[in-house]
Formats: sequence, structure tokens, C-alpha cells
Amino acid sequence: MSTAVTTSGLDVSQTPRTPFGRLVSVELRKLSDTRAGRWLLIAIAALTLLVLVIQMWVVVAQNTHVTFNDFLQGMNTPMGILLPVLGVLSVTSEWSQRTAMVTFTLEPSRVRVIAAKLVSLLVISVLALVIGLVLASFANVLYGAMSGNSVVWGSVGKLAFFYLLLYVFGMATGFAFGALFLNSPAGIVVYFVYSFVFPGLFALGAALMDWFSKLQPWIDFNTDQNGLIDGTIHGKGWAHLVVAGLIWLALPLAVGIWRIRRAEVK
Amino acid sequence: MIKVEGLTRAYGSFIAVDDISFECKPGTVTGFLGPNGAGKTTTMRVMVGLTPPTRGDVSIGGMKYRDIPNPGRHVGVLLDASAQHAGRTGREVLELGARTMGLPLERVDEMLHLVSLDARESKRRVRNYSLGMRQRLGIAHALLGDPTVLILDEPANGLDPAGIHWMRGLLKQYADKGGTVLLSSHLLHEVEQIADEMILIGNGKIVARGTREELLKGASGGVSTTLVTSLDNAALSQALAEKGLPAAPAGGGLRVTAEPVDVGRVAADRQIVLTDLRAGNEGGLEQLFLELTASTQREADFAPAPDLSRGVSA
Repeated sequence: MSTAVTTSGLDVSQTPRTPFGRLVSVELRKLSDTRAGRWLLIAIAALTLLVLVIQMWVVVAQNTHVTFNDFLQGMNTPMGILLPVLGVLSVTSEWSQRTAMVTFTLEPSRVRVIAAKLVSLLVISVLALVIGLVLASFANVLYGAMSGNSVVWGSVGKLAFFYLLLYVFGMATGFAFGALFLNSPAGIVVYFVYSFVFPGLFALGAALMDWFSKLQPWIDFNTDQNGLIDGTIHGKGWAHLVVAGLIWLALPLAVGIWRIRRAEVK
Repeated sequence: MIKVEGLTRAYGSFIAVDDISFECKPGTVTGFLGPNGAGKTTTMRVMVGLTPPTRGDVSIGGMKYRDIPNPGRHVGVLLDASAQHAGRTGREVLELGARTMGLPLERVDEMLHLVSLDARESKRRVRNYSLGMRQRLGIAHALLGDPTVLILDEPANGLDPAGIHWMRGLLKQYADKGGTVLLSSHLLHEVEQIADEMILIGNGKIVARGTREELLKGASGGVSTTLVTSLDNAALSQALAEKGLPAAPAGGGLRVTAEPVDVGRVAADRQIVLTDLRAGNEGGLEQLFLELTASTQREADFAPAPDLSRGVSA
């Protein structure tokens, strides 16, 4: 309390605006400094490893021919389900735990806070990708040694890019739903409905109605991402992905950000 | 330092804050008083940009809060001590704050020490904190960035008497060093001892403002009263009556409509031993507070007790 001054103004010359990088590092810390956050990260890592071990055991026992991509696909199940939950929670926990009051008093620009959160999720996505690539490579080599089959890598660089997109899409969609509802249970439930119920409904609709089967790829973001998972996406698949992404990612994100900017923080 | 001008905040047809203006000066503690729901919290939330005003303006040091770079270093804010992630430890809450503001982490230890949270308590999760401990943590968080302005909403809430005493000393000291303090309370006695100026708010409107003395003058209509207790109250009462100073029994003593000095003079003349002599308007301030805010009290038929012969000044 030594710098208190008696002039009727604030001397702000010594305190530059909080650097964006610092906001990002704080947001990263917030993802793992609570029991819930830490266990979610541990659960993602543990489940990923578990899936990989089971997959390895099955393919070796049954002598199935698998490739590098198959291991990536196996790991995408736990990561694809749980990373978006992290995305939802990174925004909703600020509201359910009411820490948004502190966050937005320390950084009044809410858009900067949102951007820092998104970048922190991007960092986690890259981290998940690196871990995924290392584990899948290790599994692939081990598979070759244990099964005696030839080791197939495919185009690793392309797959790495596709899986990064998958993780980023998953987290960003989770974040968008979180921002839209500002409520953890609602955000998570709606995300799961969107990612597990909707694709089935879309497929059913496409099977029953011819016109809908033409529309479906343009609006089914989940199914469109299958092209990234198996590495077969091309031409029109990208167009589908972009259009469906605008509907399920960009739109809720825009509305969510608008909502956070205007919301009264209580 | 803090300037509120014509501030109004409406929620639909409900007006939470109704055209209020006031100023908080450096080196002073301003008490913001009113019953629950009077608009204190809403006003403070508008100050720090968490709630947009419907009309009017708030500036801090001539700036809008959102334009202050790294605001935690200039304005310490505690709006709700319970608004912390229940799963974080107390220390982690401060560490996040220190990191955001770009402060060395030793500052966290300093603040923990200042608010008397020991190492073991600081490692516990906020979920397991009592309200008093959360309040201490909140005060530590507000002071973290060594700000020149403090905005505290009900900081004494949940603190034990020793804690309230400690906080008074802390804020007084802070203001003496040139800081600007605005603190709200719904309890008069929490604030009246340290506030240089008090602003009474009810139903979103400012109903009275001024220093303790100014408010007291207004409260008693300019007539001073004295509370006096002596070894022979009956004799004193008679002596006062002879001098034309009406006295009425109040608790173990007398309430006299006169200045304490006049009462003391009478007692000295008659050689009556006084055991207690003081200005009796403290009750008047409390009464004023209750009357001014009565229309906003939740207890519909609430009427302040006429004379509680208050022997204590809290």
C-alpha cells in the first residue's frame, strides 16, 4: 500500500495493458488447477492409453492388418469425446463458479478473455495431437514387432493436420455451446446430443427422404468430420465441412461471444 | 477519485439505482449504507464494468474502468467473497490474480500474511472455507495489486468481531496513506467508526449523505442529547431540572436534552460523581438510518423502537 497517491487521478504510466500471452497462460492454468479440471485431463490421457492397449491386444491376437491411421482413429474416440467437454467447461465454469466476476474485473475486455481461452484450448489441442502422434507411432512400431506384419505409416503429415483440425473443431464446438448456454450441464448435454444423437437422426432422415440425403452433408458437421478421421476427405468434402462448420461452430460461437459481451456478470 | 454521475440502472420497470451522484476523495473512507436490495451492489458492479448502466457515468481517477490498463493494479475490487471457484485453493486464487496482474508470487505470501491466512489454510480449497475466511481471501485479492482505490461490497460480512476490528484498522491505515476506499454495508456500526463520509441509500436513491457529525445534526434536528450516569441519578435529575435541563430516565442513567458540557457543569456544582457522560446522539444516527430506509425495509410494519437507551456504541 505504499504507492497510494493523493492526486485525484490514476497514474497508469507504469502499468501497460495485460499482455495477451499472460492471459493465455492464466487461462491454461485455470484448466488444470481445480480437481475437476485436473482429473478431466488425467482421464483423457488414461482413457486414450487404455483404448490403445486394448486395440493393440485385439489386433495382435486376431492378426488384423492395421495402419498408423487405425491407431489414431482408436485414440480419437476418448479424445474426441472428452476434449470438447474441456472446451465447454473452460467457459461455463466461470459462470457456474462465478469467477467471471474476478476474471472480467482484472481484464475488462471480455473479447480478450474469450480469445485467450480459445488460444489456451488451441494449445491443449496441439498438446493432445503431439501426445496422440507419439502414442500412435509407438503403437504402430510395437504392432509391427509383435505381429510380424509390415508397418504401414501412410501420409503422417496430412493425418497430423487432419487430427489437429478434429481436436480444434471439437474443443471450439464445445466452447461455443458453453458460451451459448453459460451453464455446464446444459452445454455438455447439448454437445452430446449434437455429436451422438443428431448424426443418427440425420442418417435416418437421409435414408427416408431423398431431398434430405442431398442436404445432409451440408448440415451434418459430425459426419463430415469422418473424412478427417479416416484421411479420405477431398474436394466437396471440404466444402461440406466448411458449410456445416459455419452452422454448428461459427454461428453458436458468434452468438455465444455476443452473449458474453452483453451479459451482466453476477 | 471515484465519481458517480447521474447513475441509473433499470431492470425492465424495476429501477435498482435511481439517478445517484456522489464522489469519493483520496485519503478518505466512504461508507455506502443501505438495507439489502437498496442498490449498493448494483452501483458497485456498474463501477467496475460488470453491469452496464442504463444512464449516467462512473469514472475512476478520470477514467472509465474498462480503459484502465491492468486495472487490478489500480482498483482493488471485492464484490462477492463467495464468487470463487470452490475447487481452487485459497493460494491458487491469489496466484491466478498475481499472474494476471504480472506480480511476483511473493506478493501472494505477503497478502496471505496480511489477512492472517496461514500456510495450511491457504492450501485448503475455498469450498472448505468459512464465510469469514472467504472474506479475508477476498480482501487479500483486492489488495494484491497494491491499488490506490478500493471498492469493497460488504467486506465485514461473516467476519468475527476481531476480524471486523482488524479490517477497520486496515482500511483506516489505507486511507491515511492516501488511498480511496468505498465500502458498503447494511450495518451502520460497521461503518460509522471509520467512514469519513457516509452515503445512505434506500430504494435506489440517496436519502442522506455527509460526515457522521453532519448526519447526527440532521438526525436530532439540531438538538443535542447527553447520556449520563451518576452515583445519585435522582439528585442529578433534580439539579438538572432546576437548571431547566429536562432529564428522563434511560437505562441505568439519564437522557438529557443538553450538551454534555452543561450536564457535567451541573454535576460539578452539586458535587455529584459521574460514572458515564457522553453525547447521546449515537442512537439518533441509528434511528435516522432506520427511518430513512424504513420504506425499503422488508419488514413491512417495521417501526424503529423509540428509545433503546443505547448504552453501547458498537
